Parts: sequence; C-alpha cells; structure tokens
Amino acid sequence: MVRIEQDILSKNNTYAEANRRRFAEHGQFVVNLVSSPGSGKTTLLTRSIELLKGRLPIAVVEGDQQTSNDAERIRATGVRAIQVNTGKGCHLDAHMVGHALEHLAPVDDSLLLIENVGNLVCPAGFDLGEAHKVVVLSVTEGEDKPLKYPDMFHAAALMILNKTDLLPHLDFDVEACIANARRVNPAIEVMQLSARSGEGMQAWLDWLEAGVRAATSARLGEVEALRRRVVELEAQLKEKT
Amino acid sequence: MHEMSLAEGILNIMEEAAAREGFARVKSLRLEVGRLAGVEVEALRFCFDAVIKGSVAEGARLDILDAPGEGWCMQCAKTVPVDALYDACPDCGGYQVQATGGLEMRVLDLEVE
Repeated sequence: MVRIEQDILSKNNTYAEANRRRFAEHGQFVVNLVSSPGSGKTTLLTRSIELLKGRLPIAVVEGDQQTSNDAERIRATGVRAIQVNTGKGCHLDAHMVGHALEHLAPVDDSLLLIENVGNLVCPAGFDLGEAHKVVVLSVTEGEDKPLKYPDMFHAAALMILNKTDLLPHLDFDVEACIANARRVNPAIEVMQLSARSGEGMQAWLDWLEAGVRAATSARLGEVEALRRRVVELEAQLKEKT
Repeated sequence: MHEMSLAEGILNIMEEAAAREGFARVKSLRLEVGRLAGVEVEALRFCFDAVIKGSVAEGARLDILDAPGEGWCMQCAKTVPVDALYDACPDCGGYQVQATGGLEMRVLDLEVE
C-alpha cells in the first residue's frame, strides 16, 4: 500500500503557484475571464482596452479551442495578445498559461487579461495563478445560470452582468439573477454594464486600475523590504570585520 | 467537470509514484471526492478506464470515497451540512452559507505490486 494524499489537480496547482509568484514579482494584476460562449467577453475586453489604453500597460492571453480570431480582434486595439488553442481541451490550464507568458512577456506593473474558453463548467476547477476569476453573464441568458452552473459562480470573485442595454427588450430579472449568484457565493461582487453602450463601464475600469495599483505597490513593498534587508546584512558584516 | 483531465491527473500521480517507489503495477486505488467538488463520478470512472489502458494501472480497481458537503452559515455562526453549493442552511433557511468541506478531490492511496 502506497500512501499518496495528493490533490488530483496538484500538477496544475503547482504550475498555478509558479505563475502567481511570477505575477507578484512583476506587479501584474491578472484577471481570468470566464463565461459561456457568446456572453460578450471579447467585446468587453476590446472596449476595456480602448478605454484603459494609455493609462496602464495591458497584455492579453486568449483561450479558444480553435482559430486566432479573438487574438486578432485584441491586436487590432494595439495591445499585445497571444492566442492559446486548447485543441480538444475545454479549458486553459496553468501550464498553457505559463508557456504563453514566455512568449508574451508582459511588462512590470501591468494588467494581464486572460480570456478563458467559453465554457461555464471546466475552467472553474483550474487555477491559472490569477488574482481573481471574473464571470461574465449576459442578460440574454437565463437568470438561473448561477444555479445551473454553481461551480463557476462559486469560484468567481466578481460577476459582470453584461448587455444591460438590452434589458428593456427582455424579461430578464436582474434582482433574481443576483440573488441566485449570492445563493451560491454570498461574497460575490456584482457589476452591471453594457460593453456596447458603455453604460456602467467606469466601475469595472476603476476595479481593474485599483487591482494594478495594489499589485504594483505590493511589488514595490517587497523590493523595498529586500533593500532594507541588504542594508541590515551589510551592516552586520561590517561589524564582524 | 472535464473528467478526462481529472483522469489524466490521477494517472499522472500514479506514474510519478511508480517512478518514485519503484512498483510495476497498481492493483487498486482509493480516491476521495467531495460532494461539492463538481465531479461526476460515473463520468470519471468512464474516463479513468480509458486513460489507464497500457499504463501501470491497467485493469486497476477504482474505489471512490464520498466526502460530505459542509458550509459555514454566517447567520447561525456554525458549520452545517449541505449537499450542493446553492443549498440553504438546514437550520435558518438562509443562503449566507460558504462552502467549507466536500470540495476536495484527492488520491488517498494505492495498492501496488
């Protein structure tokens, strides 16, 4: 009998921790965007990039089973993007993202947006090393999606209700949807916006900017702590000699 | 969830253990899968049988142990049993319940030769 006591996803989690350390060392705020196909993730990304460009450096990792269409849409905004095709795979994993980072090499103190494969199930279980998972749900979907796909809403820190400009034409019950999300995850934050009309976008942009600021100051804090430690050690060395 | 990736993860753990411990064959293995882990046990069995062909675990018996779901109810300020992430607290009926147990999926041990 061989005792193992190891998480089934431990290999992915090891890669995810390596990514997380790397992001911390470089002051990068990393968001993993997840949703079902067609929720408007790519439009949300291109609109966010257009509005944030010039304010902070941005890079994008695009995950899809096939095609580089989305990475091309992102590149058209002028920011660097790399496409990861998962082939038969239904989700990005931390190893794929680590590999993409080698090529993308995002700069220090920047925003890294990862657009996961459109799938409300599998990406929930795979930590990529991100600061937060953000689940995008469009109001053209059902308000019971958080109950149908609880794992994803449980894993996310923020739910974005997208396409709110369409609300007047729909029967979508916003309050019921938010209640369903909080039923699965009482701590989930919620933002309502329309990437198309721009309504509600400011809160989301502020959230991203605050994240980058926090990542940057954490990095600088660490660098400062290391500098102080070097000074201390040098002083100790001097005393001894 | 994507039970194929999980089955491959289990195979990977067994192959690493075989290289480390120097055994040739896995006769059986025990997994612990929590009720809130989002794993479809029948789908996992199906994928497991597919990925172990030609490996150190070919023909191995898979025992899956259930771990109960638990959550912390903020209203009652105590741990309560839950069967799904969207379950209400069985005592107060509220939904201020954060899952705390039953999220694990682990390989416990292997019987080898």
